[in-house]
Amino acid sequence: MTFLSVPILTFLIFFPILGTAILFPFMKMPGSEKTVRWLALAITTVEFLVSLDLLLGMHQGMSGMQFSEDHAWIPFANIRYSLGVDGISIVLIIMTTLLMPMCVLTSWHGIKSRVAEFMITMLVLEGAMVGVFSAMDFILFYVFWEAMLIPMYLIIGVWGGPNRLYATMKFFLYTLAGSLFLLIAIIALYFEGGHTFNIVQLMGQHYGKTFQNLAFVALFLAFAVKVPMFPFHTWLPDAHVEAPTAGSVILASIMLKMGAYGFLRFSLPMLPQASQYFTTFIFTLSLIGIVWGALMALAQEDLKKLIAYSSVSHMGFVTLGIFVFNSQGIEGALLQMVNHGVTTGALFLCVGVLYDRTHTRQLGDYGGIAKAMPVFSTMLVIFSLSSLGLPGLNSFVGEFLVLLGTFRTHTALAVIAATGVVLAALYMLYMLSRVVWGVYTPKSWALPDMNRYEWAALLPLLVLVVWIGVQPNPLLSLLHASVTHLIGQVQGSVPIASIR
Amino acid sequence: MLPYLLIPVLPFVGFLVVGMFWPYFRGKGHWIAVPLIFASFFLSLKAFFDTLNGPSLHFVLYDWIHSGHFDVSISILIDHLTAIMLVMVTAVSALTHLYTVGYMKDDSGYDRFFAYISLFTFSMIMLLMSDNLLELFIFWEAVGFCSYVLIAHWYERKPSWVAANKAFIMNRVGDFGFLLGILLTYTTFGTLTYSEIFAKLPQHLHDTIRVLGAFNGLHASSVITVIALLLFVGAVGKSAQIPLHPWLPDAMEGPTPISALIHAATMVTAGIFMIARLSPIYNASPTALSVVAWTGALTAFVAATIALTQRDIKKIVAYSTMSQLGYMVMACGIGAYGAGIFHLLTHGFFKGLLFLAAGSVIHALAGEQDVFRMGGLGKIMKITFPTMLIGSLALSGIPPFAGFYSKDLILSMAFQDGMIGHVFWVIGVATALMTAFYSFRLIFMVFSGKERFSHDGHHGHAPHESPVVITIPLLCLAALAVVAGWLGERYDIIGYLAQDMTIPHAVGKPELSESALKTISVMAGVVGILIAFVMYGRPSELPQILARMFQPLFRFSQNKWYFDELYDLVFVRPTIFLSRLLWVEVDKGVIDTAVNGVASFCRFGGAAMRRIQTGQIQNYALVMALGLFGMVSLYLLIK
Repeated sequence: MTFLSVPILTFLIFFPILGTAILFPFMKMPGSEKTVRWLALAITTVEFLVSLDLLLGMHQGMSGMQFSEDHAWIPFANIRYSLGVDGISIVLIIMTTLLMPMCVLTSWHGIKSRVAEFMITMLVLEGAMVGVFSAMDFILFYVFWEAMLIPMYLIIGVWGGPNRLYATMKFFLYTLAGSLFLLIAIIALYFEGGHTFNIVQLMGQHYGKTFQNLAFVALFLAFAVKVPMFPFHTWLPDAHVEAPTAGSVILASIMLKMGAYGFLRFSLPMLPQASQYFTTFIFTLSLIGIVWGALMALAQEDLKKLIAYSSVSHMGFVTLGIFVFNSQGIEGALLQMVNHGVTTGALFLCVGVLYDRTHTRQLGDYGGIAKAMPVFSTMLVIFSLSSLGLPGLNSFVGEFLVLLGTFRTHTALAVIAATGVVLAALYMLYMLSRVVWGVYTPKSWALPDMNRYEWAALLPLLVLVVWIGVQPNPLLSLLHASVTHLIGQVQGSVPIASIR
Repeated sequence: MLPYLLIPVLPFVGFLVVGMFWPYFRGKGHWIAVPLIFASFFLSLKAFFDTLNGPSLHFVLYDWIHSGHFDVSISILIDHLTAIMLVMVTAVSALTHLYTVGYMKDDSGYDRFFAYISLFTFSMIMLLMSDNLLELFIFWEAVGFCSYVLIAHWYERKPSWVAANKAFIMNRVGDFGFLLGILLTYTTFGTLTYSEIFAKLPQHLHDTIRVLGAFNGLHASSVITVIALLLFVGAVGKSAQIPLHPWLPDAMEGPTPISALIHAATMVTAGIFMIARLSPIYNASPTALSVVAWTGALTAFVAATIALTQRDIKKIVAYSTMSQLGYMVMACGIGAYGAGIFHLLTHGFFKGLLFLAAGSVIHALAGEQDVFRMGGLGKIMKITFPTMLIGSLALSGIPPFAGFYSKDLILSMAFQDGMIGHVFWVIGVATALMTAFYSFRLIFMVFSGKERFSHDGHHGHAPHESPVVITIPLLCLAALAVVAGWLGERYDIIGYLAQDMTIPHAVGKPELSESALKTISVMAGVVGILIAFVMYGRPSELPQILARMFQPLFRFSQNKWYFDELYDLVFVRPTIFLSRLLWVEVDKGVIDTAVNGVASFCRFGGAAMRRIQTGQIQNYALVMALGLFGMVSLYLLIK
């Protein structure tokens, strides 16, 4: 499958990165902001449309890598430029390309200084993120993985809030520290796995027990920081609070998924025995994360912190589902990843809508928004209900499947996880009643309802929230083959009866 | 298939059209919503007659979630139980829609209100039509969501959204149990479809589960009992049974039409519907049945004692609803599912009527809800008064009104259920007496005696009878409250419903004759009315004297047995306190401090170590010499 005679994955990675070339002349050109915004929107939209080609061209029943590309890159170390995707990465790539135009739209009025630089940073970030999801060479993966950090570091550090330097340093150093363990694991796997960095080849090896456990711990440290799992989560609220809206959306919706993707792509298939060995450990952290995140969310007065902590809770479901090693658990976890991307992304966009008008995120400063902004309030209510897992909307399906997968083998854990669903209602409704309900007291700011850029950003997400909730099967069927294959890879160490 | 599909689809279309284009309707939303719901009602009647003698209808709409072996679809099932419930729900909904046109006339959220009650009606219909537990659960929570937004309709008033939050969260607690029940059902039976569960039931009667895992290794419980109880937790929330009931009276903060439709006639009965629907599961577990019966009896009794002393007209009716729901749950618990559903149906009509009539009174008095500031309205409200009287007579179980037939059936079924049944019967009769008393206390306070309201309400006009769009629904419901019970007995509704429900065991012969039982329960109602007349029917000091004599009891009743205060103390405050404490002390205080500590350690460590690097060759030589000395001594020591 090629696009303009360029292989599609290469196109998707380098189109936004090279697209920045058109934006460079606009740096330091006052009055050009509007052009820059439209150009960025055009690039991200084209990128999204092209990525849909992955859906059309993919073979749903095929479990291996598709759209593969493979070229020599650094021959002496056997490092190759190889790309490939399966159902899991296709879904995540499309989620990424879908959310980027929304991020451009939400920055329309939110970003006023250095617009060209901002858009350039965003586009580079997009290319790197697609690269992470499609790299099939471990070093290439690591390059993209680290390359993502720099634009995000700049987005928070340059366009962030008052305490942005502390937040961005914390984010950068914390993730970098985790990534170093990833690098160690990559090099170790290279030597143990037959001197190759090819991800598919590394999956087929049999590693010793001690080696598996050590490598698992190293990978775990890298991915747990990214997810983030309890107790590695404290960088997240700080980063979210300081990041501009687009930064928060990318961080929550896409970058958090990289950690979970790492577990699915590397830990499980490469180190099946270790994954089995560490399940109790992962379960414990996941359950603590679910309950802890929810309790923390309840205590927050800052909208973004509240949503950030709710992410910790929701991502707990993801890691829980991944490590139950059955169809419902893993497919539920993947669905939860997509749903969290859509819903939390939308919630951060909503916070952006409010922040652009009021320049505050404190719950105490709002109240009665429903009167002033009825359409926006309706949207916020729907996304909040999606977040608290109302059946009929998207998140319920993922959470239910995770709970079902968990309940089948670890009943008690599912019971504890389900309390997260009750707590989610508490903090979301508490937030809604303080923001949306109540008497609207006119303050110094004006509260016009949503403008068309905000509409354009939120409406597609609203459609997805309802559509995935009502008809999740098309999405699930993209995953079946890859998930079955993945479970097959873990099968060696797991009793077969509990697989399906 | 199409006509049956249209029953839920029509209200949904109403929701979509009115909901999406509400700014353009400007108070004309009813032109879409009302005809659609009436059409839905007529189609429900068609479905009722189509299934009357024929087999039940069942078709799959689409495959909803498929993952591994798990497969669940959205389907439509219309059997006798569903059909008759559909008729009641769409009838009350249609009349409420009509009533809303008059009641909510000048409300700024008029069209939004129509959008949401249409969505509610759609969800309720789908709840009734579902053929599996997960589909039931979607709409179970969807009606809860509609209830939430409708309670918060006047969202600027704090009590409204506080009540809305309370309703949603308490139901969530119940749904936590319900969800676990669904998960356990699936892991036990491998399916969530009712018919398949029932078919596999005999194979799993003796399955056991250790509920507390490793903590009670010896005592294993029956899986069926655990499933039945977990699902019942959901019903306790939805049908406002003790201990998850306090949301229902508070939900009266919402507009009156939704109190009638959602919080009396339809949504709150979903729990009873669910139990009746799953009767084979409950029958298989005597333990679960007795829990159900006791919960219902206790709720019926407690709610009645609270209703005795309330002052808010809607709260009185709300507690009577809770009490009647208790009767229905109790009926299910003694295995008289048919009687429970029969009472559910008649109650839907007369309680809907009572609420709408109460709304008419409130409307007439420009928002006044305190019965102590009413009185003498019987002369003015020539339609509201008689219809509310009919509703109260039906509620009090006076023949030939509807409530008599169904309540009496529950009581006599209870009496036949052995020794424990006698206890339930006594509780039921005592509750019936209290019910008649508080119903007529309300009637006397509102419609007879001196006028205790001020003539210049904030509309600046005297109390008046409500307009025709309000009185027509009252008259229709009053007619139904008169005939529904008689119709049910005449056409053997119990036999009609028996097709879809099973009973746990053969019923023994009562020691008292049917007519004696009937006489006693009717007497209870009459005595209750007489006491109400003595105390409130004429000017009397008696109520004050009694209140003073039994002050602790009076306080206890007036403060609703202090449930709200208890929950606030035990659940609400500790949770909030805990979350703040953990955030400040642990999340920030320990975890994040540790993270920043690592960073500081590196920074200060680096700063400290930098000093060592002096660049002076003498220092380095000294350290080298010391190091060499140290290592050599260590080597010699070990050797």
